Amino acid sequence: MNIYEQQTSNKRTTMALLGAFFLLFLVLGAGFDYFYLSFDPAGAQPTYVMNAQGYYEAVNTSPQLIPYGTIAALLFGVIMVLNSVFNGAGMVLRSTMARRAVSADPAEQQFLNVVREMSLAAGLPPPAAYVVPDPDVNAFATGFSPENSVIAVTEGLLRTLDREELQAVVAHEMSHIRNYDMRVMTVAAALMGAIALVSDFAGRSMRYGGRGGGRSSGGGRGKGGGPLVLLLFAVWVLLVIFAPLFSRMLAMAISRQREFLADASAAELTRNPMGLVSALEKIRAAVNPTRAINNGVAHMCITDPRGSLIEEKSGFAADLLATHPPMEKRILALKMMAYQKAPAGA
Amino acid sequence: MTVLAIVLGLLAVWLVFTFNKLVGLKNQVLNAFRQIDVQLKRRHDLIPNLVNSVKGEMKFEKETLENVIQARAAAVNAGQGGNMNEVLAKEGMLTQALGKLFALTENYPNLKSIEVVRTLMEELRTTENQIGFSRQFYNDIVTRFNIQQQVFPTNMFAAILGFQPATLWELPADSVERNVPKVDLTV
Repeated sequence: MNIYEQQTSNKRTTMALLGAFFLLFLVLGAGFDYFYLSFDPAGAQPTYVMNAQGYYEAVNTSPQLIPYGTIAALLFGVIMVLNSVFNGAGMVLRSTMARRAVSADPAEQQFLNVVREMSLAAGLPPPAAYVVPDPDVNAFATGFSPENSVIAVTEGLLRTLDREELQAVVAHEMSHIRNYDMRVMTVAAALMGAIALVSDFAGRSMRYGGRGGGRSSGGGRGKGGGPLVLLLFAVWVLLVIFAPLFSRMLAMAISRQREFLADASAAELTRNPMGLVSALEKIRAAVNPTRAINNGVAHMCITDPRGSLIEEKSGFAADLLATHPPMEKRILALKMMAYQKAPAGA
Repeated sequence: MTVLAIVLGLLAVWLVFTFNKLVGLKNQVLNAFRQIDVQLKRRHDLIPNLVNSVKGEMKFEKETLENVIQARAAAVNAGQGGNMNEVLAKEGMLTQALGKLFALTENYPNLKSIEVVRTLMEELRTTENQIGFSRQFYNDIVTRFNIQQQVFPTNMFAAILGFQPATLWELPADSVERNVPKVDLTV
């Protein structure tokens, strides 16, 4: 798959991701409407209550015709996505306390130069260069389009890596920008947060009654419903509980796949896979977590900011929840590229 | 009759799309080429400053410094002449002369402590890299442009629409850069 197909596929992934999350929001909101706000599209269903005379009398329970819960959930999701589109980069930079690189400092001047070089290699407008005041070794890219993107590195990274390795790291981040990875990941992160909040809200509401919780009179749907309604309710509750986990797993799977690709495109930009290999080795050796970068930005970084020990784990749990593939696999993939480039018999 | 009209209509639509795609690529090629030009000019401007600032420390490397100056003058001349092959050859020679200078500065640790020299070296180094990377990007774009023209069925129309394959930026066959460097391992 070449880089142009990859861009198209990433834009498609963004759309699919939006679709999947839209469905999730819809189900969460609709369930809330149905089970708590007694929303009923069919209109008034008269219920029969025995009156004082001993007859059954049709009583019109006022129907709830507007699905407030669904509307609120969808609106919330849309607002979160729009917010991430317009303020995402700024929020990330503020949360990491990043500052613009200055040319007065030789190391930062070098960083600025390297960013320019890589933007030429990628044929993109040069992104803004930021420095995160943190002694650990890490880097990330953000921004919604190549025109207003940002590449940030930690002070530790500038100190630890030499020019060639810095170039490789910047190339890796540049590839994220070129492949529209940040767009996918920004949207995914925003929706992940929104889902977590919505499901938390729905979960808390459950305590205060509603049709599933044993409250069987009043505004709810009467007598607890048939087995089908109960089953639906059970499925919905499970969905509410697991929605944050599902959305997280989805986002992480996308993130891991992007890392391999960004490594490969970085090698394509610098034509020097070994530069990235030695950079990754150094990053791996710095086991301390990056304190300035919180978990919300983890999937945008070159390595997991929670410390490199997480990346060493492999296996089922790590495969599901890690933001990055194991460092060993990434280095191996790059080394294979370097060997392929060497002439046969060398 | 209608079938013919539909076929002709589809062909016209396809031609319009192909033409527009090729025009886009052609302009990208031109732009990429201009990027290299900008970098080359920058390199020409930086060299005199660098030579002046290292002259004092490196007085024993007079020959190397003079080589750099001469190569620069030749490259500037070639740039004004506008002959593509000439430019390629002269810029190649300048790259080599600079490479030698860079290698020699390793022997003068004092140079590294002079701030002006350090800044200039970094400037020149990033310019060198930028030339390399914009050249790489230019070649990538040219390759895409040429492939677009040469695939079937565009190849039947490209020339009629007035498109020609662009030339890759490569070293002339007799370039000094192509020479295998001699490695001397005697101690």
